[in-house]
Amino acid sequence: MSSITGEDVTIGHDDAHGHDDHDHKPEGFLARWVFTTNHKDIGTLYLVFALLMFFIGGSMAMVIRAELFMPGLQLVEPDFFNQMTTMHALIMVFGAVMPAWVGFANWMIPLMVGAPDMALPRMNNWSFWILPFAFTMLLSTLFMDSGGPAAGWTLYPPLSLQTGDSFAFVVFSVHMMGISSIMGAINIIATILNMRAPGMTLLRMPLFVWTWLITAYLLIAVMPVLAGAVTMLLTDHFFGTSFFNAAGGGDPVMFQHIFWFFGHPEVYIMILPAFGVVSEILPTFSRKPLFGYAAMVYATASIAFLSFIVWAHHMFTVGMPLEGELFFMYATMLIAVPTGVKVFNWVSTMWKGSMTFETPMLFAIGFVVLFTIGGLSGLMLAITASDLQYHDTYFVVAHFHYVLVPGAVFTLMAGAYYWLPKWSGNMYSERWGKIHFWLSTISVNVLFFPQHYLGLAGMPRRIPDYAPQFADFNMWSSLGGFAFGASQLIFVGVVIHCVFFSKVKATARVWEGAKGLEWTVPSPAPHHTFTHPPTVTASMVAHGEDH
Amino acid sequence: MMDKRRGDNGRLVLKLLGVAVAMFGFGVFVMPPLYTTFCELTGLNQAGIKRAKATPEGASGEATAARTVKVRFDANTNSALDWDFGPLERSLEVPVGAPAEALYFAHNREDADVAGMATFNVAPPSAARYFVKVECFCFSRQVLAGGERREMPVYFFVQPDLPEDVEELTLSYTFFRNDDPELAQNAR
Repeated sequence: MSSITGEDVTIGHDDAHGHDDHDHKPEGFLARWVFTTNHKDIGTLYLVFALLMFFIGGSMAMVIRAELFMPGLQLVEPDFFNQMTTMHALIMVFGAVMPAWVGFANWMIPLMVGAPDMALPRMNNWSFWILPFAFTMLLSTLFMDSGGPAAGWTLYPPLSLQTGDSFAFVVFSVHMMGISSIMGAINIIATILNMRAPGMTLLRMPLFVWTWLITAYLLIAVMPVLAGAVTMLLTDHFFGTSFFNAAGGGDPVMFQHIFWFFGHPEVYIMILPAFGVVSEILPTFSRKPLFGYAAMVYATASIAFLSFIVWAHHMFTVGMPLEGELFFMYATMLIAVPTGVKVFNWVSTMWKGSMTFETPMLFAIGFVVLFTIGGLSGLMLAITASDLQYHDTYFVVAHFHYVLVPGAVFTLMAGAYYWLPKWSGNMYSERWGKIHFWLSTISVNVLFFPQHYLGLAGMPRRIPDYAPQFADFNMWSSLGGFAFGASQLIFVGVVIHCVFFSKVKATARVWEGAKGLEWTVPSPAPHHTFTHPPTVTASMVAHGEDH
Repeated sequence: MMDKRRGDNGRLVLKLLGVAVAMFGFGVFVMPPLYTTFCELTGLNQAGIKRAKATPEGASGEATAARTVKVRFDANTNSALDWDFGPLERSLEVPVGAPAEALYFAHNREDADVAGMATFNVAPPSAARYFVKVECFCFSRQVLAGGERREMPVYFFVQPDLPEDVEELTLSYTFFRNDDPELAQNAR
C-alpha cells in the first residue's frame, strides 16, 4: 500500500480500500499452488511450466543439432532422430510457446483491464493442471516399446499411422492440450468482455489485451478442428475406419487440408500475443504513444481473418488445381499488408522517440528486425512456383524458426524482462539481461541464417544425415544452436537472481515511460488487486487519447 | 460492482463452448464430405470419376470415330501387397464417345490367398469428369489365390464433350492390400 507513488493517486484511492486483506496467500504448498484460483499464481505456474518445457524441447533441439554437426550418423539412430524432431516441435509449440502466452495473459490481462481476477478462476486452475498430465503422457511415449511419434509434428498419415500403440498416448495428449487451450481461451474472452473496469472501453484496451482477445477466438475456432483430425487418426489406427486410408477409400491428402486449416491459424496463435507485447514495450522505451493504435487493432483482426483462408500454402506440392494454387498464393501474400502495417507502425513509434535500450526494449527491437526477415522468407515461400523448390527443405525450417524463435520466443523474453519487476518486486540485473540479449541475438542468427542457404541448395528437412556439400553450413548452424541453448541458461540465472536475491526494489511504475493500469498497483503486485474497480480515463492508457 | 461485472459469464461461456463443439463437428463431419464434393467438382482423385450402368445411348465406334484420344494406363502397387500388377497395353487410341476395354493383370506372388483393393485416378484433373467407367475391377475387392495370375478388364468411355485441347488421358491405379472385407464396403 505504501508503495503507491504520487503519480498513481487517482487509482491508489480505489486500491487502498482492499489493502488490509491484500496479501492473504493460502498457506502450504498444496493450497497455494495446486488448489489456487488466483490469476497471478496460475500465471506463474503457466510461465514456470512453459520454461521447463522450453528447456526439454530445447535439449531435443540440441540432440538434433549435435547429430547434424557433421555428415554421417554419429550419435543417435535415425528413428530416434525422427522422434526428436517430432517431439521438439510438439513440445515447443504446445508446451512452451502457447502456455507461456497463456501465462502472460493470466498475469497481465486482469491487471491491464482492471479486473480482480480472471472471469472463471476455478476453470483457470483446471486448464493449467491438465497440462502437466498431457505432457507427461506425451513424453512417456519416448520410453515405450513403440517409441514416440516420429512422423513430424504435422502427424501426416500414412506415416503417422505407422506409429505403434504409443500413438494413442500422443492423440490423447493432444486432446488434453486442446481442452486446456480452449478453456484458457474461453476464460480470457470472458475476462476481457465482462470484467473490464469502468472506462476501459474496447478501444482503450492495451494492444496485448486486444491481440489476446483475437488469439482466443482463433484458439476456440481451430483447436477443436485439430482434436477432430487426431481423433480421425485414432480411429483409422485402432478402429478400422478409413478417413485417411486410400485402401479403404479415404484420402491422406484430406488430413493435410484439415490439419492446416488448424495449423495456419495456430501459427498466428503463437505470434499475435507477441505483436501485443512488442506494442506495449516499444512505446514505453520510446516515451511516445503507440503509433496507429486503431490500425494495429484492425491489422490484427485482418491477420486473424486471413489465417483461415491460406492453409493450403503449406501443401502446394500435393497436386492442387492451378486455380487453387493461385488463390492460396494471393491470399497468403495479402497477409503481408496488415503485417507490414504493424512493422511500419512499430518503426514509426520509435521514430524521434526518446529511446533507451533496456533489455526488454532490446529484445523488442530484435524482434522487429528478425521477425521481418522471417516474414520476408515467408513471402518467398508463398510464391507457388518457387515453393515447389523450397518445399520441405531447410529454407522452410529457417523461415519458421525465424518467426518463432527471434519472433515469439524473443518477445516472451522481452515481456518477461518487462514485467518481471512487477511480478517479483525486484529489478533484474540489467547487465546480465543485456548479455543474454546479445548472446541470443548473435547465436540465433548463426543458428538459423545458414539454414536458408542449406535449403536453397536442396537440403531436405527432417533427415539425420546429409550430403557432404552441406557440411560447413550445418556445422555453423550447430555451433550457433549450442550457443543459443547455453545463452538461455543465463535467462534462468537472471530470473532466479531477480526473484530471490536481488536487492534492488522496483517502484510501482518500474519504467519511467510506462503507462497502463498494471503500473498503478504496487510492485510486487499484491495477491489481490482491483478488488474495487478503478475508473479509467484516456490519459491512463499507453496510446493516449481516444480513437 | 464485481457481481455485475461477472453477470454474463455463464451465457458467454455456453456460447463459446458451443463454437468449440461446432468447430469439432466442422472438422469431423463437414470437412470430409466437403473435401469429397470439392474433388468431384474439380476432378481430383477417384471421387471425380463417374460411373455409368451402361455405355451411352446410341454410341458406336463409327459415329464419333472422327476424333480419338490417347488413354495411357498406369499401375502402382502398395509396398504391403506382394503382387505384380500392370496393364497389358501401355496405351490405347480410343474413339471419343465409344465404349472401350482395357486389360490389366495381377499376379499374387505369395503362397496364400491375398485380397487387394485398387484406387484410381485420372489425369489431367480437368479431363477427369469426362472419363466414365462402366465396369472395373476396382469397384470391388479382388481375392487372388496363392500364385494366381488373373486378367481383369475395365470398360469405359470418354464423353463426346471432352474439351478439344485434351489429347491424352492417363488412367492410374494403385493396388492396396485389403484384409478386411468391411473396409471395402466403406470404400465404395
